[in-house]
Amino acid sequence: MSIEIRNIVKTFGEFKALNDLSLNVESGELVALLGPSGCGKTSLLRVIAGLETPDSGQILFHGEDTTDRHVRERQVGFVFQHYALFRHMTVFENVAFGLRVRPKSTRPSDAEIKRKVHDLLQLVQLDWLADRYPAQLSGGQRQRIALARALAVEPKVLLLDEPFGALDTKVRKELRRWLRRLHDEIHVTSVFVTHDQEEALEVADRVVVMNKGQIEQIGSPSEVYDTPASPFVYQFLGDVNLFQSRVHEGWAQVGSAKFAATETSEHATVYVRPHEIDLSRIATPGAISGTITHIRLLGATVRLEVEVPDHDVVEVELTRERQQEGAWQVAETVYLIPREAKVYATV
Amino acid sequence: MKFKQSSVLPGFNLALGYSLLYLSLIVLLPLTALFAKTMGLDWATFWAIVTEPRVVATYKVTFGASLIAALINLFVGMLIAWVLVRYPFPGKRFIDALVDLPFALPTAVAGIALATLYAPNGLMGEPLDKLGIKVAFTPLGIVLALTFITLPFVVRTVQPVLEDMERELEEAASSLGATRWQIFSKVILPTIFPALLTGFTLAFARAIGEFGSVIFIAGNMPFKSEITPLMIISKLEQYDYMGATAIAVVMLLVSFGLLLLINGLQWWMAKRLGRRK
Amino acid sequence: MSTAINNLNNKVVTTESAWVRYLLTGLALLLIAILLIVPLLSVFYEALHQGWGLYKDALIESDALSAIQLTLIVAAISLPLNLVFGVAAAWAIAKFDFKGKSILVTLIDLPFAVSPVVAGLIYVLLFGAHGWWGAWLMDNDIKIIFAVPGIVLATVFVTFPFVARELIPLMEAQGSDEEQAALVLGASGWQTFWHVTLPNIKWGLLYGVILANARAMGEFGAVSVISGHIRGMTNTIPLHVEILYNEYNFVAAFACASILALLALLTLALKSYVEWRTEQQAIEDRKHAIEAV
Repeated sequence: MSIEIRNIVKTFGEFKALNDLSLNVESGELVALLGPSGCGKTSLLRVIAGLETPDSGQILFHGEDTTDRHVRERQVGFVFQHYALFRHMTVFENVAFGLRVRPKSTRPSDAEIKRKVHDLLQLVQLDWLADRYPAQLSGGQRQRIALARALAVEPKVLLLDEPFGALDTKVRKELRRWLRRLHDEIHVTSVFVTHDQEEALEVADRVVVMNKGQIEQIGSPSEVYDTPASPFVYQFLGDVNLFQSRVHEGWAQVGSAKFAATETSEHATVYVRPHEIDLSRIATPGAISGTITHIRLLGATVRLEVEVPDHDVVEVELTRERQQEGAWQVAETVYLIPREAKVYATV
Repeated sequence: MKFKQSSVLPGFNLALGYSLLYLSLIVLLPLTALFAKTMGLDWATFWAIVTEPRVVATYKVTFGASLIAALINLFVGMLIAWVLVRYPFPGKRFIDALVDLPFALPTAVAGIALATLYAPNGLMGEPLDKLGIKVAFTPLGIVLALTFITLPFVVRTVQPVLEDMERELEEAASSLGATRWQIFSKVILPTIFPALLTGFTLAFARAIGEFGSVIFIAGNMPFKSEITPLMIISKLEQYDYMGATAIAVVMLLVSFGLLLLINGLQWWMAKRLGRRK
Repeated sequence: MSTAINNLNNKVVTTESAWVRYLLTGLALLLIAILLIVPLLSVFYEALHQGWGLYKDALIESDALSAIQLTLIVAAISLPLNLVFGVAAAWAIAKFDFKGKSILVTLIDLPFAVSPVVAGLIYVLLFGAHGWWGAWLMDNDIKIIFAVPGIVLATVFVTFPFVARELIPLMEAQGSDEEQAALVLGASGWQTFWHVTLPNIKWGLLYGVILANARAMGEFGAVSVISGHIRGMTNTIPLHVEILYNEYNFVAAFACASILALLALLTLALKSYVEWRTEQQAIEDRKHAIEAV
C-alpha cells in the first residue's frame, strides 16, 4: 500500500513541528526518516499513524484519504520507541491483543489466534519466550516482540519510531540486518524514524533527510550520501571539513587550491569529507599545505589532524595500510589533495 | 486558542465533564452556599459574631494547641522517620505500618481511648495526677489528642526524602572533614527542611479542623478548653445558623490559606529536590 | 584487607556511634508505644476486661446492629461514587493536557483541608429546614438532613479526594504509550481502558479505596453534624460509640469502638500488603531487567 503525504502542517503551541511537508512512499518500500532531534520526523510518523492530528494537509493510503480516520481503523502497525509492551500480559497475550480486541464477527477463533501468534513468534525467532512477561526480556527481545505484536493485525503499513534507539551497539547492528531481511521477506510498506545516519543508509531503500519540519532531500542511500542536496545533508551524513573561502571569478579559493563555485556569491564554503583527502609530501598545484598535529588510531582507520594556516584544523581519514605506506609523522608538513569537494554559497 | 491538546486517547470530554460536574455538586456548590449564607449578614454583625470573646477564646485554644501539637510532631516525626530509614531493628515493618494508625483509626475511638487512659483514674492519668499533671479535661488533653491525630504527617513527608538521599553526599562531606553533627546540621537537615516544613503545615492544618478525637478529652469548658469546631456545633444546636456559618467561614478561610501554603511548599519541595522520574 | 577497612570507614562515615543509634531507636520506639500502641491496646482492654459476655451483648444489641448496618450501607454507596469520580478525574488529568489543570488538582484536594464539622454544616445549609432547598424538600416530603442521604453526602465529601489523588501521580508516571499501542492495534476506548489501563492501576486503585473506606466507616465530625443522632435510625458506629460513652456505658462503647479498631488494623495490614506488592513488583522488574541485558 502506498502512502501519500500532502502539505502537512503540525504545530505544538509556538513550535512548528511539520511545515507544509509532502512525501510519497511507494508500496512495499522501506523508507527511513532521518534527521536530528526536533526535526519533526517522529511527528510525521505519528501523523501517518493517526496518533497526532495534523493542523492541515492530507494523508492518503493507496489513494484514499485517511486523514480523518481514527488510528484504530487505519490498519497500521506501530512500533514504539520504548516498545510500549503491556507489562501485565505475557508475550503471547501481547502479540494476541490486536486479534482479541476485534469485534466478535471478525475475531479469529482461539485456535486460530494461537496458531497465528506462534507463527509470528517464530518469525521473530522468539517462540520460546511466549509465557514470559515483558519485564523478563532483554531490550532486543522486547523490540522483536513489539514488532511481532504490530504485525499480528496484518497492517498495510508498518511504522517504527527509533526502532533501535534504546539498544546497545552490538544488538543494534544485528537487529538492523534482521529487520532488512524481514522486510525482504514480508514486503510490507514500512517507514522508520532514526537519527543515526549509518542505520538509515544501511537499512532503507530510500532515505528522507529532514530538518526543521521540512524535507531536505529524498533519495537512495547512495544518492543522499554521494550527492547531498544541501549543506545540511552533507553535514548530517558523516564527518566533514569546512573551508570558508572567498569566491573569485567563479572559483572558491582555499590556500592555493581552487574549487569551482556554481553559485554566484562573494563567499562560499567548501565541504570535504575526511576520507576523501589524499596526503602528499610534495607540493602539487591545488594542494593545501598544513602541519600534522595529532595522529589517532580508530580501529581500521587512522585519523590525522592537520593544522592549515588561516583555517581550522582539518581532519583526514586514512586506511591503516595507507598510513603505514606513508609513515606520516606528527609535526610533518604535508599537502592535502581533496579528491571530492562540494562548494555551497555562504549566505 | 485551544483548550485541549489533541490526543488520540478517547474519553476526555466524558471524563473531564463528569469530574467537573461531580466536583461542583459535592464540593463547590455546598461551599458556595456557606459563603452565600454569610452574605445575609452585614459586616458589623459578622464581625461581632466572630470576635465574641467566647469565640475568640476558642481560636486561641484551637490554634495554640494545634501549633504545639505540630511542633511536637516536628521533632517526634523527624525522629521516627530517621530511625525507620537509618537504623535496623526487629519488627521494623510492623512499626512502619503502625505509624499510619492515626489515619486509619476513627477519631472518636482515639478520643474515648485517650480520654479514658488519661482520666485522673486512668492507666496513664493516675501516675501523672500524682505528679500534679492533669491531662484529661484540660488544654493539655487537647494537645495530646492533636499530637496523636497528626503524628503520621511529618514522618510520611520526611521518610521518602531521607530514603532518596544519596549517601555519597554524606561521604563527600565526611571526606572534606565534617563531623557527624556538622554533616547532620549542614547537609542532611537542609535537604529535608522543605519536607519537614510541609509535614508541619499539613499537621497544623489537620489539627485546626479536628473534632472527634478532641471533644472527649477536652472537657469543653468555655474560655478554657473549647475548640472552634465545637463552637460551630453548639451554635447549630441552638439553631443559631448565622452564628455557625460565620464561624465556619472564618475556619474555611484559614483552611484555604493553609491549602495554598501547602501547595506552594510542595511546589518548592519538588523544585528543590529536582524532578525525579 | 583493604576492602574491609573501606567498609569499616564507610560505616563510620554514614552512621552514628552505637550508643547514639540505640538511644534514638529506643526513644522512637518508646514514643510510638506511648502515643500509638497503648491507646490502641486500651480500646481492647476496656472492651474485654469485664468478660466476653458483656462484650458480646453490647455488639448484638439491636441499636448496635443497626449502627453497623448503616455504616456498611453508607460505605457501600459512597465508595463506588468516589471510585468512579477518581478514575474519571485521573484519566482526564493524567492523560491529557488542558488549561486550568493545576486548579482542578487543587480543588480535588479541597475536602481534605475543610474541617469535618464545616463539611457537615454546608449540607445542613443546603438541605436543612432553614436551608436553601429546605422548604421545597419539606413540601415534597424528602428527608436528607437527619437521614441516610445526608450521612452519605457528608461521607462522600470527606472521602472525596482519596482515589483521585492516589491515581493521578500513578497514571502520570505510566504515561500513555501502552494505551496508544492498544488503539493502534484496533482496540476501542473501553477495551483499552479495561484491558490495558485498569490492570496497570489496580493496586493504586485498591490502595485509594482502602484508605477511603477507613475514613468512610470511621467519620465522626461531619456525620455528627448531619445525622441528628437518632438511635437505631441514623447512628453510624462512631456516633453510637459517642452516645454510649456519654451515657457512661463504657464497656459497650469500647466494644463498638473495638470493631472500628479492628477495622483500622485490617486497613493497615491491607495497606502494607499493597505497598509490599508494589515494592516487590518494582524489585522484580529491576532484577529481570538486569538479568535480561
